Amino acid sequence: MSDLTKLSANELSAELTKGSVSAVEVTKAHLDRINSLDKTVQSFLHVDDEGALKQAQLVDVSRKEKKKVSSLAGVPLALKDVLTQKGIPTTCGSKILEGWIPPYDSTVVTKLKNTGIIILGKTNMDEFAMGSSTENSAYFSTKNPWDLTKIPGGSSGGSSAAVSAFFAPLAIGTDTGGSIRQPAAVTGIVGAKPSYGGVSRFGLVAFASSLDQAGPFARTVLDCAMLHEVMAGHDPLDSTSINQSVPEVVKAAQLQDVKGMKIGIIKELGGQGWQSGVLNRFNEAVELLTSLGAQVKEISIPHSLYALATYYLIAPSEASSNLARFDGMRYGLRVDDGNLSAEEVMNKTRQKGFGKEVKRRIMIGTYALSSGYYDAYYAQAQKVRALIAQDLNNAFKDVDVLISPTSPTTAWGLGERVNDPMAMYLADLATLPPSLAGIPAMSVPIGLADEDKLPVGLQIVAPFMNDDRMYRVAGAVEAALKTKWNGLLIEQIPNLVGVK
Amino acid sequence: MSRITREEVANLARLARLELPDSELDEYAKQLEIILESVAKVGEVTTKDVKPMSHATGLVNIFRKDIAKESLSRDEILRSAPASEDDRFRVPRILDEE
Repeated sequence: MSDLTKLSANELSAELTKGSVSAVEVTKAHLDRINSLDKTVQSFLHVDDEGALKQAQLVDVSRKEKKKVSSLAGVPLALKDVLTQKGIPTTCGSKILEGWIPPYDSTVVTKLKNTGIIILGKTNMDEFAMGSSTENSAYFSTKNPWDLTKIPGGSSGGSSAAVSAFFAPLAIGTDTGGSIRQPAAVTGIVGAKPSYGGVSRFGLVAFASSLDQAGPFARTVLDCAMLHEVMAGHDPLDSTSINQSVPEVVKAAQLQDVKGMKIGIIKELGGQGWQSGVLNRFNEAVELLTSLGAQVKEISIPHSLYALATYYLIAPSEASSNLARFDGMRYGLRVDDGNLSAEEVMNKTRQKGFGKEVKRRIMIGTYALSSGYYDAYYAQAQKVRALIAQDLNNAFKDVDVLISPTSPTTAWGLGERVNDPMAMYLADLATLPPSLAGIPAMSVPIGLADEDKLPVGLQIVAPFMNDDRMYRVAGAVEAALKTKWNGLLIEQIPNLVGVK
Repeated sequence: MSRITREEVANLARLARLELPDSELDEYAKQLEIILESVAKVGEVTTKDVKPMSHATGLVNIFRKDIAKESLSRDEILRSAPASEDDRFRVPRILDEE
């Protein structure tokens, strides 16, 4: 058997089902790779060797006893540290939750466990998912496996790094304004943000509740779709969960045919200020889609120009409210010398436990929601949000999906934007409009930029609860490029030092 | 767009229960001003008669059946508490002693 860590989830699933390899062997291979190489990448906050092997043993026993098991049983996965897993530390990349052991599983984790997917550990992230580089983690910065001096994207940068470094074929991230799509783009892998309400938020520590959505990362479109179907579905424990059948994303990923599809290029997302290598690859992807028989045309989403301003009012406002629960009383950090009042304890605990970006956003949100400014900021942002959603929904009367580059640039250098919040926020320019509208969007690799030989992603946006459409386009793009490159883009990644 | 002063940052921090040291007020004032100036752009949009959008699903008042079931284990919850006593969270003084 060749290196098990190089196989896709779909390939592993086939081997496991055939019985040519055991879940324990697969899990061990991935844990070995993590333990020898994650010192360099630093994608995991917590690796659960023991729990993962125990889960794998159970899967092997079930298969041996001919019990009915899912075809993905025994396939390993990396979990973003913002979703609770019973008995395993959950920090959200923050010191304020250091040492917290959740007493319950998030619905996503329950679904993974029921499928027999092996959870290898918890991945690093920007504190409370606020950031685009994973440098806002209170613990350490994760490196981009393509170039260890670059950021892996954020906020789900630990998950994107783990998948692109072949530590796991699958990972879960969360996306509030682009936190799955942008990390997927800059690490050359596939990542999807499902329709809002498509995946349960129960047990997902909230950042901005009206935007937060968990979703899959993988190295292939099909793997991504398979994990999407495992995670998605109605959950009575989440009142914003959509009570509809899950879009058939696996079937769509396998179609590999875009003939006759109408595709709209979002006119406002590109041009001046965008990296030329990103635009070159995007233009080639447009030509490719045309050559595959799609009808591609430009479409204007006028209010998308206001998405950044809208998002950076709405998300911090919701965050300032959600993060009020971290008061040092019931869980996590408490700063107390024994003589302080409850309010003093809260003030000191929150000052010490939160990092700078989290404090900035809490204060922005507090400002936008305060009585004198509410109408001009928060209420106005909610109205502009409605107009952005309306623009997008109108566009779908004319086209089946919309496309743009996933992010204006490739991965930038570690440290380059940490003291410039606005520069960091610009990374989300293209991913924000679909987030605000609650519609599904994903990123698929379309090549390396000429200037820096770093990955570029294509964003595909679909109408609400039509997630299958974006997988259809992504699957076709991947198949065509695979033929052109004689393999996946991720196979061009340089070897990590120390690879056996 | 008004300038953000040290005093305003201190007030925001107080409202948000953050004990910011004086030494950090200037840096935050500068950063918050840049961010607020940028997000004020939403004011350029004409939004007369536009209904504010609070979330994407259009769902309202979703209820589930109220069925009694076993709750989380008290011991497990208190294990992660900063302080506990007699099966309860132990919290600092809330009322001033008279």
